[in-house]
Amino acid sequence: MDIMAMGEYGAYVWSSFTLTLIVLIVCTLQAKHRHEKTVKNLRTRLRAMESEE
Amino acid sequence: MWTYFHKLASPPHFYALSAKLIPWLAALGVILVAYGTFAGLFLAPPDYQQGDAFRIIYVHVPAAYLSMMAYMIMAVSAGIGLIWRMKLAHAVAAGAAPLGAWFTFLALITGSIWGRPMWGTWWEWGDPRLTSELIMLFLYFGYMALRSAIDDTARADRASAVLALVGAVNVPIIHFSVEWWSSLHQGATLVRADGPAIQSAMLYPLLAMIFGFTFLFGALLLQRVRTEVLYRERRARWVRSLLLPAEGSA
Repeated sequence: MDIMAMGEYGAYVWSSFTLTLIVLIVCTLQAKHRHEKTVKNLRTRLRAMESEE
Repeated sequence: MWTYFHKLASPPHFYALSAKLIPWLAALGVILVAYGTFAGLFLAPPDYQQGDAFRIIYVHVPAAYLSMMAYMIMAVSAGIGLIWRMKLAHAVAAGAAPLGAWFTFLALITGSIWGRPMWGTWWEWGDPRLTSELIMLFLYFGYMALRSAIDDTARADRASAVLALVGAVNVPIIHFSVEWWSSLHQGATLVRADGPAIQSAMLYPLLAMIFGFTFLFGALLLQRVRTEVLYRERRARWVRSLLLPAEGSA
């Protein structure tokens, strides 16, 4: 467990790496969610336009 | 060659090509970051001055570098869009901003976490490196707020491009701040006239992290630009046939 303790700096090192992981995951989910939402909205809009024709 | 560039910048072509590119960028990024994280945490020796706290640089340096890189991409694309009225360029600028904001946030927080044990303070008001990086976070926020305040996409593109270009003076200020003024922040380790001042067991994980973060950033940027392109081209025939394939099969 010594290697996990990072000397006296464990809390600083692990919180930095954990936060980085969270930010990368949030960035990924945000991009994915935004894309899916856009596709869904556009599809609804295009269908509505099509049924009007 | 010019026809190639024109084809590349055509929205449907970009949309299809980027879809193929993203999985490769993401996979390369994940592999490099996984190696860099493991090697940076467990294989690299502790720093003789900073002990294990130095390991924070493995996330701080790539985040800080990308925070500035994202701004340059945003400002240069905005400029290209403004001058040559290239639609794809504005989409790139709009896609880069939220990512840049996230990496700036990450650079500020990890720097702050490192500063607590090393400098004895979370934050130092008036420090040029810290302050200019914080100003960049506000520039990103301003850019995104301005965009979302204007409904018309073409007007939002132009107005936000001007903001991005004016704010670009801040990027060299961040970069050179540690040389121009006295700062708590240490000087450059990698990009130096006399070569990197770091031993290879520490350097390789850092390089892996920098390249890995860059690939992940590239994948995220492409994905965001794809979303922008799709929305901007919503009236185009290719979007219609992409989203509503021949009736019945959809």
